[in-house]
Amino acid sequence: MGAQGMLEGLPEVLVILAKIFAITLPLLGVVAYLTFAERKIIGYMQVRLGPNRVGPRGWLQPIADALKLLTKEIILPSASSRFLFLLAPVLAIAPALAAWAVVPFADGMVLASVDAGVLYVLAMSSVGVYGVILAGWAANSRYAFLGAMRSAAQMISYEIAMGFALVGVLMAAGSLNLEKIVLAQQGGVLSWFWLPLAPLFVVYFVAGVAETNRAPFDVAEGESELVAGFHVEYSGMGFAVFFLAEYANMVLIAALTAVMFLGGWLSPFEGLPAEVLGVPVLGPVLGPGLHWLAAKTSLLLLLFLWLRATFPRYRYDQIMRLGWKVFIPVSLLWIVVLGLAITTRVAPWLD
Amino acid sequence: MLDNYLPVLVFILVGILFGVGPLVAGFVIGPRRPYDEKLSPYECGFEPFGDARAPFDVRYYLVAILFILFDLEIAFLFPWAVVLDQIGLAGFLAMMVFLAILVVGFVYEWKKGALEWE
Repeated sequence: MGAQGMLEGLPEVLVILAKIFAITLPLLGVVAYLTFAERKIIGYMQVRLGPNRVGPRGWLQPIADALKLLTKEIILPSASSRFLFLLAPVLAIAPALAAWAVVPFADGMVLASVDAGVLYVLAMSSVGVYGVILAGWAANSRYAFLGAMRSAAQMISYEIAMGFALVGVLMAAGSLNLEKIVLAQQGGVLSWFWLPLAPLFVVYFVAGVAETNRAPFDVAEGESELVAGFHVEYSGMGFAVFFLAEYANMVLIAALTAVMFLGGWLSPFEGLPAEVLGVPVLGPVLGPGLHWLAAKTSLLLLLFLWLRATFPRYRYDQIMRLGWKVFIPVSLLWIVVLGLAITTRVAPWLD
Repeated sequence: MLDNYLPVLVFILVGILFGVGPLVAGFVIGPRRPYDEKLSPYECGFEPFGDARAPFDVRYYLVAILFILFDLEIAFLFPWAVVLDQIGLAGFLAMMVFLAILVVGFVYEWKKGALEWE
């Protein structure tokens, strides 16, 4: 491709870039305010007020946090491997953002409607493990190393359970394209995959919580034993990028759960007569659209926070037992049941 | 058809940019006042005790090996799951044989205690 060809491709790339920023910038806003929501909601659950000093009712807190981290020194420990130490946060955040390329926001509203969507998402979440293990290795600190070993083993264990849950979704939907997976769930609340795939829905979401190293599966950064786990040596923006990546992954897992098990952008009131959908304001709200995906994602994110406020931290052997001895057998069994139901056509809602 | 993947590629590059950008900004805006104690590995205020890259429990290695096996299995299941309603009972049974073999291995691991952490 010569210079001429490059110039012809340029407008296309600019349109793509505009779309990407239309996804990532609101996403980063969501991430910033998710951290605020977490502190506020857990605060209320513990009968505290949460942050309430910066701005009205504390609403500027995330911005203050970002500015503070920006003006802090990035410490490069003398024993660390410099390049890997700086590469690790990039490897943590890049896949957490890039996976959004295939997430459908509404009918036809998707950056790349690729037929290998689920495979791409699985690949991106696997790359995230590198960020964690490289961070722990490169820092050359005992706490970081132990934390990285633990969380890498935990993440790959739960990734298997997650993969099996995805296989169930593919069997029910018959496609790897996330858009088609949503469309396969048409027909109201009872046709969404959470019902026929109920065990896989639970496995996927709980594995997602473990995959993002969130409480109650946060042994990787168990403050009382490992200080902060794999990112103990990171300060300033190095830490901020890991922090962003963790929350971006939370939003991603919540959105993917909504897309694959809760009907994505579909409305729970599907099948309303056209007269109702024609009513101004009420019609568009009750009809399918981005707002339903946002509502479902928010609900799941609230569940993430609620879990953290409710459960004490699991012990490491309990985590591994749950992953290998409960989730994997359960999801395998459900795949066999599902396969039988599909091939013998006893489950008409799954074709 | 590959056109669909161009946005994915661009998005990965933007994702990398969102990792590199803040780091560069942090280096530019933040102060740099290093000294020996600040740069030494954190061990709760003690002098760092030798190299942190110590030998680790072999079970982590075992988990990694098991992960490769099962992840590969999932990769095999993906195409099968998508076309399951077209390949009928024969296709279903073929995969069940494959899964059965893997389950035998899984049960063996379980009984051997490879999944025990205490």
